[in-house]
Amino acid sequence: MSGPEEGRDPQSVGRFDVPQQVPAPDAEPARRNGHRPAAQAAPIPTEPPASTTPPASAPTPTSAPTSTSTPSDEVDAGLTGGTEPAVSDRPGDHWDRKVANGLAFLRRRLSGDYEVDEFGFDSELTDAVFHPLLRLLYRDWFRTEVSGVEHVPVDGPALVVGNHSGTVALDALILSAALHDKHPAHRYLRLLGADLVFRMPVVSELARKTGGTVACNPDAERLLGGGDLVGVFPEGFKGIGKLYADRYKLQRFGRGGFVSAALRTGTPIVPVAIVGGEEIYPMLADIKPLARLLKLPYFPVTPTFPLLGPLGMVPLPSKWLIEFCPPIPTAHLTDSADDPLVVFNLADQVRETIQQTLHTLLERRPDPFGP
Amino acid sequence: MTPGGTSGAPGVVVVTGVGRYLGAHVAARLAADPRIERVIGVDAPDSGTEFTDLLDRVERIRVDSGSLGGLLADLDVDAVVHLALVTSPDPAHGGRSAMKDQNVIGSMQMLAACQRAPRLRKLVVRSSTAAYGVSFRDPAVFTEETEPREVPRGGFGRDILDLEGYVRGFRRRRPDVTATVLRFAPFIGSTADTTLTRYFSQPFVPTVFGRDPRLQFLHFDDALEVLHRSIVEDHPGTYNVAGPGVLSLSQAIRRAGRVAVPVLEPGLSGAAALARTMGFGRYGLDQVDLFVHGRVVDTSRLEQEYGFTPRSTAEAFEDFIRAHHGGVVVTRGQLAAAEQLVLDGIRQVRSAVRERSS
Repeated sequence: MSGPEEGRDPQSVGRFDVPQQVPAPDAEPARRNGHRPAAQAAPIPTEPPASTTPPASAPTPTSAPTSTSTPSDEVDAGLTGGTEPAVSDRPGDHWDRKVANGLAFLRRRLSGDYEVDEFGFDSELTDAVFHPLLRLLYRDWFRTEVSGVEHVPVDGPALVVGNHSGTVALDALILSAALHDKHPAHRYLRLLGADLVFRMPVVSELARKTGGTVACNPDAERLLGGGDLVGVFPEGFKGIGKLYADRYKLQRFGRGGFVSAALRTGTPIVPVAIVGGEEIYPMLADIKPLARLLKLPYFPVTPTFPLLGPLGMVPLPSKWLIEFCPPIPTAHLTDSADDPLVVFNLADQVRETIQQTLHTLLERRPDPFGP
Repeated sequence: MTPGGTSGAPGVVVVTGVGRYLGAHVAARLAADPRIERVIGVDAPDSGTEFTDLLDRVERIRVDSGSLGGLLADLDVDAVVHLALVTSPDPAHGGRSAMKDQNVIGSMQMLAACQRAPRLRKLVVRSSTAAYGVSFRDPAVFTEETEPREVPRGGFGRDILDLEGYVRGFRRRRPDVTATVLRFAPFIGSTADTTLTRYFSQPFVPTVFGRDPRLQFLHFDDALEVLHRSIVEDHPGTYNVAGPGVLSLSQAIRRAGRVAVPVLEPGLSGAAALARTMGFGRYGLDQVDLFVHGRVVDTSRLEQEYGFTPRSTAEAFEDFIRAHHGGVVVTRGQLAAAEQLVLDGIRQVRSAVRERSS
């Protein structure tokens, strides 16, 4: 509803930036940071057309994604390189290197010449195949804007806690790919998934290859102890399986197992608010008997899903905003990992931070399917 | 006088299961150690004679497990190494029931005999990482404290759980004995012949569709080293013994130059059950479960306590590949050659196109 495409950026900045800065001069750096990309992008939209808006959202970090995106091109080049001689009459060196890299990648894959860590994480495959696919999705399809990346530590462990949404847990994958691309150190987010994920063939292996593991305290503490960045969604199925009417209402945070994992390892907690996930598969109803029959936590009915069959699996192109909030230190609470009062208080603090950030982000995004 | 002289090394050591590959090698290695006075190999009366040349310095006693009790007391045994475990049912030797007899009943009688041996100071028991069971809720990496969440379907896994239960009971009743339980990852190596080495030796390797388990192997020589150290040194407790690092099954198959053939899991379980009832094949539910869930253990306790790090899973597997290059379908050399061929082809086509267009 935000009107013509060209006028979008100045308009949205003009409408939402000014009132935001009046009540919050210094107090909330996270919110202000959230606006920095938009403010910086404001002078740019004069030259790029509307189709290239996503790169304009954050000028500095985009240089990194383009450099990391080469592996995907390499794979494509390795498979279809022979059919594109028309392009290659530019300095031939470039394409030649791409083809050679692509073939070398294929050979390494076929001869098993790569490393897998003890959780099954295959960083080469993630970089070369999964992240390029997710990049298309988050950058071009969802036009994701990421802010507050500086709150994620450059090294050492951190526990990233987000809101879960979207019927299918796509937000977790988008978050990990976007964080990897935008973060200066290009850190991998190691996601913790429900055991249902690991029960399903194929899905379980995709989850492990991309760095996921079962959501349990031993695994979380092991990853954090090893200095990894761990991503959790404490709402679990309650979050992704909620109806569209309940969108952006945070569900219960369970027993706060994630908090005790952070406390035991003295790891800072970085709350993250994700806006946009709720609209990709708006769940209008939940057919409970069918879910029970299929042993699923819910059986969704979306405007497109059982109706259009497999076509209903295409996510709606909502506008995504991801904001990382300032980290909550826990190093001073290491002794109270078993104290339910401390655990619940901290879980509540994280929950409140995410909920409030969600509200401010939603204000910035009046039209869920806007540009 | 304390037997053996040194504080740790015992004088008289009994090794069970010397009729099998592991037992024979351990007994031979202990016999070659000058700190140990006597090595006595115990085995079932009907065991074969394939390792006799290896065991020339080992006194062999063939006795059935029921009459072990008197024997251990008579021999003034200082240490017992219990290795007589069967990892998969062997149809030629009585199948699953014989396996259970050996693993559970045999171990019970062994432990009962140990309990009555007055001079016994040390007990080393071979266990397996199968002790962690299999469940979808399992953590990715097992430490020694991890409790199994579900009782495994496979016979060997259940036997291992029983065995460790009996050892716990033994520890309570004989606190003066240093009991070491070693949870070994599957053995692999240039000479070892196990269910897994036979599996990876086939040119076409069946796997479970949609599953790519993380596996760990232990080089056979490192297993011998750890067992040897357990006898001559004092390391009470339970230890995971595995090569650090992980190989995924698909990766292992590719490294071995074999071809994976994915099979649907219910089909594979059914085939395993069928093969068992028909009396052929040695793959059981233990193997199917391993290939669905994978199994990775934390070996830091072993490394700290023994001051010894086994060679990594990848190195151990490399050693196995070198020895079993017979059934290779695709070699790395072939892949590299194919890569070069395709690259050259593309370069030629492109230069031809460029010439024509210019």
